[in-house]
Amino acid sequence: MSLYIKYFSIHLKSQMQFKSSFFFTTLGQFLVAFVTLLSINFMFARFDSVGGFTHEEVLLCFAIIMSAFSISELIARGFDQFPNLIGNGGFDRALVRPRNVIFQVLASQMDFSRLGRLLQAILVFIYVIPSSSIDWTLPRVITLALMIICGGLLFFGLQVLYAALSFFTLEGLEFMNLLTHGAQEHGRLPFSVYGDGILKFLTFIVPLALIQYYPLLFLLGREEAGIFHGIAPVMSLLFLLPCYACFKLGLKKYQSTGS
Amino acid sequence: MKPFAALFRIRFTNSLQYRAAALAGLVTQFGWGLMTILGFAAFYRENPTGFPMTFQQTVAYIWMQQAFMALLFIWFWENSIFESIESGGVAYDLVRPMDVYGRWFTTISANRIARTVLRAVPLLVIALILPVAFRLVLPSSFITVVLFIISLILSLSVVVAFSMLIYISTFYTMNSKGIRIVVGIAADFLMGSYIPIPFFPDTLRTMIEFSPFGAMKNTPLLIFSGYLTGADLVQSMLLQIFWLLFMLLAGRFFMSRALKRVVVQGG
Repeated sequence: MSLYIKYFSIHLKSQMQFKSSFFFTTLGQFLVAFVTLLSINFMFARFDSVGGFTHEEVLLCFAIIMSAFSISELIARGFDQFPNLIGNGGFDRALVRPRNVIFQVLASQMDFSRLGRLLQAILVFIYVIPSSSIDWTLPRVITLALMIICGGLLFFGLQVLYAALSFFTLEGLEFMNLLTHGAQEHGRLPFSVYGDGILKFLTFIVPLALIQYYPLLFLLGREEAGIFHGIAPVMSLLFLLPCYACFKLGLKKYQSTGS
Repeated sequence: MKPFAALFRIRFTNSLQYRAAALAGLVTQFGWGLMTILGFAAFYRENPTGFPMTFQQTVAYIWMQQAFMALLFIWFWENSIFESIESGGVAYDLVRPMDVYGRWFTTISANRIARTVLRAVPLLVIALILPVAFRLVLPSSFITVVLFIISLILSLSVVVAFSMLIYISTFYTMNSKGIRIVVGIAADFLMGSYIPIPFFPDTLRTMIEFSPFGAMKNTPLLIFSGYLTGADLVQSMLLQIFWLLFMLLAGRFFMSRALKRVVVQGG
């Protein structure tokens, strides 16, 4: 852990060396989130609700997904860039070091510009938490925290899976973006609005709805939602097991690209 | 015309090498488009009268946007141009017996077209055979298709001419990363990449329609979907021509000014 903190501070320091570059990439991240927020607001200027959710409820959903995603991108950037690491042979160096491989990939890169996105999410939280009619009891606060933390871990799992697939293909597979960037972009609306098929897929195959739709029902105090909905984010973590297994399998099969 | 054809052929064969990537990209673009449409459908079910366009028009807009993504989004930057300006490699371009502005314009357009051809055709074929609600419906008249194609070409030209201004700004700033990021995101939003311009609030919408951003993807996609007709259509296409000429002149002006004072370090 202390080694990780050391890496963390090194990455932070090195990115702070290029202040204007850091400022602009962070601003860019902020803007990406901001234009999504604007689109939500433009739509709700025309409509009162979508799929039974009001403007405030959608904003809450947006902020939760945005924070979960940006945290995972900040920390797990190394897996996002993993195809490059394989391509340039950097991964071979990691293999010969006496440390856990996943730890090394994790520590190899961190992207602090994602703080721009996180800042946007926090601003939305500041606006929406007092203005929504949610009664913030302790279980609800815990659920909110679980949604963000487990959401971050789930996105992390998807990135590990993306990295694992590139063991076999040696290049990044763009369709995984649908499950990471796509989930973040389209996850601004509760997944139920996309219809039953999508919701089932996101419940049983890639359990993104477990960190978004179900616990959101619990937060909003909907009748059908019980404590089971509140702890759904924890169950989503089961998804990390197959991701890890795929990575292990890929590692076993790994042949260096030789560069 | 000959150099354009040669450049185009090189880029096209180059892109053809990455068929797996193209397939993965196709899946992504299709899934993304489908999710966007499902999102709009949810709003539509809530209140059909809140829609400024018909649902079918919205669907057509989204599929065409997905298909022609590489043609019409600002953020497909040509990083090699930025690098050549920042590293000084641009000196090679300057000694070639070819106009630099025209050369870059050609390279950028060729790259965008090559990328689009590979992805657009299969995506459109799938979109044409989807279940009725989400199907891409072709325009009813042949003239609309012709107008769409003309407007699409104008649109690409406006996008490239606009992005040329950003490339040229690198001569002045030496590091255009900031401008590239901020302008790219803002422009893509204002031209209707997140939600179509008819969904914008009215005042903002009118302002955008007269701005260069209204002359980008907005015009051809709305013509194709059948939303833009008659006098509005003529006005939009005239605005496209106006902005294209404006950007070309501005680009050439700033380029020649930059080239007069450019200093290439040895090495």
